Amino acid sequence: MQIKGDKWTPILFITPSIVAIGIFIYGFIGWTSFISFTKWNNVLPDYTLVGFENYRKLFANMRFQIDLHNTLVFTVIFVTSCLLIGLLLAVLIDQRIKGEGIFRNLFLLPMALSFIVSGVIWHWLFNPGSIQMGNIGVNQLFEKVGLNFLICGWYTDPNIGIKAVAIAAIWQFSGYTMALYLAGLKGIPLELREAAAIDGASKWKIFYYITLPFLRPITFGAIIILGHISLKIFDLIVAMTGSGPAFSSDVPAFFMYDTTFRGNHFAQGASIAIILLLLVSLLIIPYLITTFRKEA
Amino acid sequence: MKISVTRLLIYIILAIFTIFYIIPMYIMIATGMKSFAEVSLDTMWNLPLSLNFNSFSLAWVGSIKQGFRGLSGSFFNSVLLVIPATIISALFGSLNGYVLTKWRFYGSDLIFTMILFGMFIPYQSIVIPLVLTLQKLHVYGTIPGLILVHVIYGIPISTLIFRNYYITVPTEMIEASKIDGANFFGIYRWVIFPLSTPGFAVAMIWQFTSIWNDFLFGLIVTPNPASQPITVALNNLAGSYIVQWNVQIAGALLTALPPILVYIFLGKFFLRGLMQGSLKG
Repeated sequence: MQIKGDKWTPILFITPSIVAIGIFIYGFIGWTSFISFTKWNNVLPDYTLVGFENYRKLFANMRFQIDLHNTLVFTVIFVTSCLLIGLLLAVLIDQRIKGEGIFRNLFLLPMALSFIVSGVIWHWLFNPGSIQMGNIGVNQLFEKVGLNFLICGWYTDPNIGIKAVAIAAIWQFSGYTMALYLAGLKGIPLELREAAAIDGASKWKIFYYITLPFLRPITFGAIIILGHISLKIFDLIVAMTGSGPAFSSDVPAFFMYDTTFRGNHFAQGASIAIILLLLVSLLIIPYLITTFRKEA
Repeated sequence: MKISVTRLLIYIILAIFTIFYIIPMYIMIATGMKSFAEVSLDTMWNLPLSLNFNSFSLAWVGSIKQGFRGLSGSFFNSVLLVIPATIISALFGSLNGYVLTKWRFYGSDLIFTMILFGMFIPYQSIVIPLVLTLQKLHVYGTIPGLILVHVIYGIPISTLIFRNYYITVPTEMIEASKIDGANFFGIYRWVIFPLSTPGFAVAMIWQFTSIWNDFLFGLIVTPNPASQPITVALNNLAGSYIVQWNVQIAGALLTALPPILVYIFLGKFFLRGLMQGSLKG
């Protein structure tokens, strides 16, 4: 439903936003794409076109290959853990337990923090110390409670690298998934579960045949949101680890910043940015289209 | 008896997760409170013996002798930045949401979707032109420049929040005031705006938190320490080898304080913004 009447005033009022978004989002994306096809890999701009040369170099670059691998590892660990922990916590909190609000607020609190804040803290928690210092951080805690087998080098170990960052990211975002699932659980008609219980369905059956299907759209939405966050992860890497030994915690977003603003390889940075944008678009555009086609 | 075993199991699992969520908070608060004599990585898990705020004051004012900058200046930069940016982007969002729900025109749905896309893009894909443009506009490296950036890139989310809110306002109400002779702006001023308090609360709290917590724009738009927001300053503090770890962690708590206070006192609105971010209105 909309109001009939003067057609141009509303359009006039939304025009500044359309112009701003048109220039600062779409125009700039076009501009970045243009730069990615040029020779500008030095302090001074050089707009000589070189075709796909920057992209060819990029995919041949060992660092970028490691980055793509790291992003994949990070995304899989981060998204599945957030979904599983979020679902588990939501289902438990939904059991009319005592202190429901306290648990919910505590688990969601990290969402309010900057990635830089959590990065600084997790940097110290996962600091493996040194031979002189002995164990510090989480390792020291493990030593105290007798979980010595869990002691490891965290982000200083190239085999762990990005996985340590994933743990910090899970700490920050699993409460968010919990909140999404909690809202979904509240939306399931009580009669449905009660009717199934009267028919003699076990708790597990109700969960599997009623609760889970109801939560499917939420899971789908959460995968998109978490997935695009993990493709873009940057702040946490900067504050917690940087590139890490042998680029073991490097990601495309960090590589882009590094090569563009520290190395002055603008065209190469632009090509990384465009690849990153394409990856995010693959997730987001179908989601936007399906979400808003349904509503209209 | 069987039921209470399940209950017990529920509480045990929740307790384990509570430990996981609380550990970083514990370290942040306990370490910040320790005196310098007590601070040692060997005893980082111990409770502080007494309350001591030296780490905070050092993180706040910095030290000329040790040669590092405190966070106080950046804290005020962030305050100076976040207030106008939050208010302006909420106003834009309100106006856009009003048009996109109550005055829809041919192509308005497409425009809405195209605006929304802006909230998902990796900002890496626009930062190079952004820096060049801000330099041309002579606002590069300044707080007004950073405000402009946050207002523009805040348009998608605030438009979404207000659109989702105004969709719940019955259109008949507006039709009625239109018959009474009110025009586009009159309806906004006398009907929509007075109803908008919840929308503004959600949008402004969301924008406050995300602008306060932003790092990438601050890092790239304001490379000079004098106009840096607090997240960038904290990252510099933490990256410096001369700053003790307890001062870094105290700095992290100072940076986290405003959003934590918002979360504690206005958590309901924060949660609503969070839900809207996932597009479910």
